Amino acid sequence: MRRILSILIENQPGALSRVANLFSARGYNIESLTVAPTEDSTLSRMTVVTHGNDATTEQITKQVNKLIEVYKVIDITEEKHVERELMIVKVRAAGEGREEIKRLVDIFRAVIINVTPKTYIIQITGNQQKLNSFITALGNSAILEIARTGACGLTRLDK
Amino acid sequence: MNITGAEIVVRTLQELNVSHIFGYPGGAVLFIYDEIFKQNKVKHILVRHEQGAAHAADAYSRSTGSPGVCLVTSGPGLTNAVTGIATAYMDSIPLVVISGQVPSHAIGQDAFQEADTVGITRSCTKYNVLVQRVEDIAPLIRQAFHIAQTGRPGPVLVDIPKDITAQIAAYAPDKSPIVMRSYNPVAKANKQQIKRALQLIKNAKRPMIYTGGGVILGNAAAELTKFADKTKFPVTNTLMGLGGYPANKKQFLGMLGMHGTYEANMAMQYCDVLLAIGARFDDRVIGDPTHFAREKRQIIHADIDPSSISKRVAVDVPIVGYIDDILKELNSGIAASLPEPKPLAEWWKQIDGWRAKKCMNYKKATRIIKPQQVIEALHEETRGDAFVTSDVGQHQMWAAQYYPFNKPRRWINSGGLGTMGFGLPAAMGVQLAHPKAQVACVTGEASIMMCIQELSTCKQYRLPLKIINLNNRYMGMVRQWQEFFHGNRYAESYMDALPDFVTLAESFGHVGIRIEHPKDLKAGIKHAFAQKDKLVFLDILTDPTENVYPMVAAGKGLSEMVLAEDL
Ligand SMILES: Cc1cc2nc3c(=O)[nH]c(=O)nc-3n(C[C@H](O)[C@H](O)[C@H](O)COP(=O)(O)OP(=O)(O)OC[C@H]3O[C@@H](n4cnc5c(N)ncnc54)[C@H](O)[C@@H]3O)c2cc1C
Ligand SMILES: Cc1ncc(C[n+]2csc(CCOP(=O)(O)OP(=O)(O)O)c2C)c(N)n1
Ligand SMILES: [Mg+2]
Repeated sequence: MRRILSILIENQPGALSRVANLFSARGYNIESLTVAPTEDSTLSRMTVVTHGNDATTEQITKQVNKLIEVYKVIDITEEKHVERELMIVKVRAAGEGREEIKRLVDIFRAVIINVTPKTYIIQITGNQQKLNSFITALGNSAILEIARTGACGLTRLDK
Repeated sequence: MNITGAEIVVRTLQELNVSHIFGYPGGAVLFIYDEIFKQNKVKHILVRHEQGAAHAADAYSRSTGSPGVCLVTSGPGLTNAVTGIATAYMDSIPLVVISGQVPSHAIGQDAFQEADTVGITRSCTKYNVLVQRVEDIAPLIRQAFHIAQTGRPGPVLVDIPKDITAQIAAYAPDKSPIVMRSYNPVAKANKQQIKRALQLIKNAKRPMIYTGGGVILGNAAAELTKFADKTKFPVTNTLMGLGGYPANKKQFLGMLGMHGTYEANMAMQYCDVLLAIGARFDDRVIGDPTHFAREKRQIIHADIDPSSISKRVAVDVPIVGYIDDILKELNSGIAASLPEPKPLAEWWKQIDGWRAKKCMNYKKATRIIKPQQVIEALHEETRGDAFVTSDVGQHQMWAAQYYPFNKPRRWINSGGLGTMGFGLPAAMGVQLAHPKAQVACVTGEASIMMCIQELSTCKQYRLPLKIINLNNRYMGMVRQWQEFFHGNRYAESYMDALPDFVTLAESFGHVGIRIEHPKDLKAGIKHAFAQKDKLVFLDILTDPTENVYPMVAAGKGLSEMVLAEDL
């Protein structure tokens, strides 16, 4: 099962490598990992997307919690939550395909942020599913390059 | 008071009542050594290899309960210590490592003797940190001791760049409690879980107490004995838990696991309520977890580390907290729920049946010394009251099986990492912590070679260790596996060209004695221990073909033991 762990960690040098190291040392997979400071500049929020059954996720959560600098870990997939990811895609946009891509961009509520005679760079945000559908809709032949941020998320709880 | 970073290091160690520091000098720590030279409160022990420093400090801690401290230089000094740090990590030992680092401005430049210490030790320390300002030295060292000793103990490393040890800062002792926002190991056990545990204990028909290193680390042996006295339940210990419950008690079933007793393993498999206390269901303890789970039983698991619980075996009643507190709660709760111990006659009858197998019996020979016999003779000579350190291999298992320990912190060995080379430096740490005590190091001719250089340290500090070398001319444990699982192909497990250990010991300034015949064994051991102020190296030639039994082969279940009598 896909899980999103939201980790608040002391904003200290090496904090990211401690978490990343733990995942590789214990053989847990990481689908994506994002990290940036939060409203409290002494804490960073790390969002890790991983896969595992309940027992594995419980172990991962416990192990992450054990890291001295980790303030809090929650498996936000356990709660009502929102998840967003940003993707930018460079696509071939020449000839008649150019219009079709423009239409897709509108349907997915994406934006074109760079234009050359032969290409577009498109920016799109959403959950993983939406981004994946957009990729499918564009078709492999159109896509030149993709950069994705990985998911970040928050629970919908009042706190 | 304004002083240098180096002086702050030493003063902080004094402030924390550190009596010994095990180390080896080098460029990056020279300012610190200068300060060590200028005082005499913290005694520095000069080892001959940094691995020895880490093991000695680790064993100092295992035998006393106080954290061990070691000091190494940057680069090779640190990398040499890594095996020792990892050894302490696997057995949850509070060790504080102070390492020198190249000057701050040189970090990342491939400077002379630079190593990414924090990176290298990240996965074998509980916590590690690079000091960035001289003002941080004292707080980070205090914090290191705090982290090492609280929660699940473990090694903590503080890496200090050389330039920072030369800078000046204000220093004042500070005994205020350490508060860390993100590190608060659970202190109080959940009342509800204690209640559920008491209910299971009360209704158990085939109860079993399985305790591990946590009882030793958490100084809970006395409370455990009380609990066992009140319930009259059978008790088994892991390799790391030996001495946590007196081995001379009738309720003690011996060690469990791969080389545990028949009765302990069978009782573990067929109990209906299992109390796991400070033990982590290691693969060398329960074998195949699927086989283990085949029998239905309720499991209560008390541990300070939530990640130890339900890691390999699903648990019914998890209790997170310090063992001593948990046992106190159980002991007071039991007065109400189980005022009189239940007779459990059926269960004991079954256990006595298993005991009747006498799985620890072995055949003595007239011409060749059996290793088990040596340990029994050692036990007799020391009246079961020595500190025994060990290396890794068959000799380690025989020491664990044939030297019953009645007190905690007497049995000192590397269980989790299984580090050959541990025994001798460990014995040094123990002897320095307990100058008057009898300290024996049970080792093998392969293991002892891994830190043999420490014989020189023993000479310098006049450590009267007794080294019991079970010399079977084989890496016996490896040979045993090759005999069982690799068609008797003894690939590279034969020790060719061994040194003459007697003259080797003599060349270091010690006494060496060789014993070859069973008839000389007891007298030889007696003679060794009679030399109270000398290190005696007993090179005892033992049966090269002897195997350790019982054995649960890797991946098998606890009730699938191979016993000596089966062969
Ligand atoms: C050659 C060889 C053979 C071996 N064969 C065997 C064998 O036959 N049988 C065997 O048992 N082992 C054997 N071992 C050892 C094995 O590898 C493990 O090291 C050992 O079983 C682990 O012991 P433990 O479960 O007591 O855990 P430990 O490693 O001692 O862990 C202690 C546990 O207690 C917890 N804890 C610590 N302090 C506290 C506290 N104050 N309060 C609460 N909880 C606390 C910790 O969180 C941890 O979970 C062998 C090792 C070697 C090298
Ligand atoms: C540093 C290290 N290297 C390799 C091993 C694997 N190993 C485990 S036991 C053993 C043989 C030990 O031989 P010896 O010290 O003679 O003890 P014996 O088993 O013969 O009693 C080896 C090589 C280990 N545990 N540690
Ligand atoms: Mg040997």
